[in-house]
Amino acid sequence: MSVEATLDPSAAAPQGPGGPLLKLSNVESYYGPILAIRGISLELARGQIVTVLGANGAGKTTILKTISGVLDPEKGAVELEGRPIQRMAPDRVVRLGISHVPEGREVFPFLSVLDNLRMGAFPRTDRDAVQRDLEKVFGYFPVLKERAHQPAGQLSGGQQQMLAIGRALLARPKVLLLDEPSLGLSPLLVKEIFKIIRRLNDEEGVSMLLVEQNAHIALETAHYGYVLEVGRIVMDGTCRDLMKSDDIQEFYLGMKQDDDRGTRRWKKKKTWR
Amino acid sequence: MLDFIQQTIGGIALGCVYGLIALGFVLIYKATEVVNFAQGELMMLGAFLSFTFIATLGLNYWLGFALAVVCMAVLGSTMERLVIRPILGYPQFSIVMATIGLGLVVRSLAGMLWGTDDLRIETPFTGGVFKLGGLVIAADSLSIIVATLLLCAVLYWFFRYTKIGIAMQATSQNMLAAYYMGIPVKRIFSLIWAISAMVACIAGVLLAPITLIHANIGFLGLKAFPAAVLGGFSSIPGALVGGIIIGVVETLSGFYLPEGFKDVAAYVVLLVALMVMPQGLFGSRALKKV
Repeated sequence: MSVEATLDPSAAAPQGPGGPLLKLSNVESYYGPILAIRGISLELARGQIVTVLGANGAGKTTILKTISGVLDPEKGAVELEGRPIQRMAPDRVVRLGISHVPEGREVFPFLSVLDNLRMGAFPRTDRDAVQRDLEKVFGYFPVLKERAHQPAGQLSGGQQQMLAIGRALLARPKVLLLDEPSLGLSPLLVKEIFKIIRRLNDEEGVSMLLVEQNAHIALETAHYGYVLEVGRIVMDGTCRDLMKSDDIQEFYLGMKQDDDRGTRRWKKKKTWR
Repeated sequence: MLDFIQQTIGGIALGCVYGLIALGFVLIYKATEVVNFAQGELMMLGAFLSFTFIATLGLNYWLGFALAVVCMAVLGSTMERLVIRPILGYPQFSIVMATIGLGLVVRSLAGMLWGTDDLRIETPFTGGVFKLGGLVIAADSLSIIVATLLLCAVLYWFFRYTKIGIAMQATSQNMLAAYYMGIPVKRIFSLIWAISAMVACIAGVLLAPITLIHANIGFLGLKAFPAAVLGGFSSIPGALVGGIIIGVVETLSGFYLPEGFKDVAAYVVLLVALMVMPQGLFGSRALKKV
């Protein structure tokens, strides 16, 4: 099910037969003077959830920032539906259909919940459709409707996360970039948020690139996964395969106890290019 | 007693002008975290432009006023584009120096273009007075107060209810998130400068009948600055209240106290107020950010 088919029937038909919706080829980005990601190549197919796993500082957020245009890559290409978007201004990237739910929510604390959501639809001019989408978002996150007129800064962490996701959805994105939606939330809330993420994917067909430290829930949610270590992709596969992998079980799911902790290494030869 | 009331009303009118200049400081500071020390010069330039349109070209007062405001809006955003944007993100000092330099350049240019004489424009209010019992209020003063109130209402409506106004609030609250929403942050900055220059221009034209127009009225910016600080520097109502307090104190001390007190009154008030409330009058409870 394509995104346009459910969210925007009037939009142009998907271009390129079967090509990936979002494609990164050999992307390198610096974070200040530091080379944060090197030679990253990944693909997101229409209607899928793809996850990027990795520890703190592995470069997950840098990948998302490079896609959304906040960082300009030094090398490589980012393509949306076959169209290069690297080095574009962030507001143009949003208009082309990529919405970013940033790490740590980043809501507008002194604006009401409703105004926050309306800001999500800033580039859009179709008021009636925005109103319909607003109702849809309230359907997924009823608590936002209850607190629509309160300043967003007064919401709890989980509610702010819901607001950040709802706000991004109002741009009617082709791709939703999710940066650690589980960060700082209780396990119960994490479950709830990810249930909604899955529903959004199933019911609305929103394609998502999900960056997570919580490998367990990410692998349960996504279709395909990449593993990132110090700026490189060291492994990729369907989430089902990844979950079975020894390395993933050991390092990301904590299912195996390691005897010699001092020598934590990947057992397989690293598959980076 | 009558004297007191009359002086107070005059002070409020003067304070409104300070408040409007302070508003310009606050708007730019909140959105871009830049302190624009050329704000007073923007006001001066607005006054000179209106002089050119009204007195030199002989246009109708309101038409000349409107033209000056439009010109200043264009000029304000051009300044942002040419002077500020290239150095945005670099240390505050460079930006502050750039705005101070900008102010100096504007002041000397104005001196060259319009000369050093005091200029005056005829307004529809010139010479008019309102009498209320024994109270005599100059129409000029009253026009300033009314215009300030109207302008505040318009600005409130703009920031509270229009999409672009809310986007400006959003940008000032969280610039990164504004980028993620597809808000064209750089254009918003230009727009903020345009609005600040417009407000400054309005202040200048309103002030013209009271102080006359000369290249040094830009120094009023130095009195508006404590007004902005007094208000907490990030609060729009704070800027206006701060301006009015300073205007009233200055006028009253000019009337009742020996000569010389008038010019330092603003800073004495500021020092005392900051000792008691270091965050400014509205600083701590600046919940409504714009």
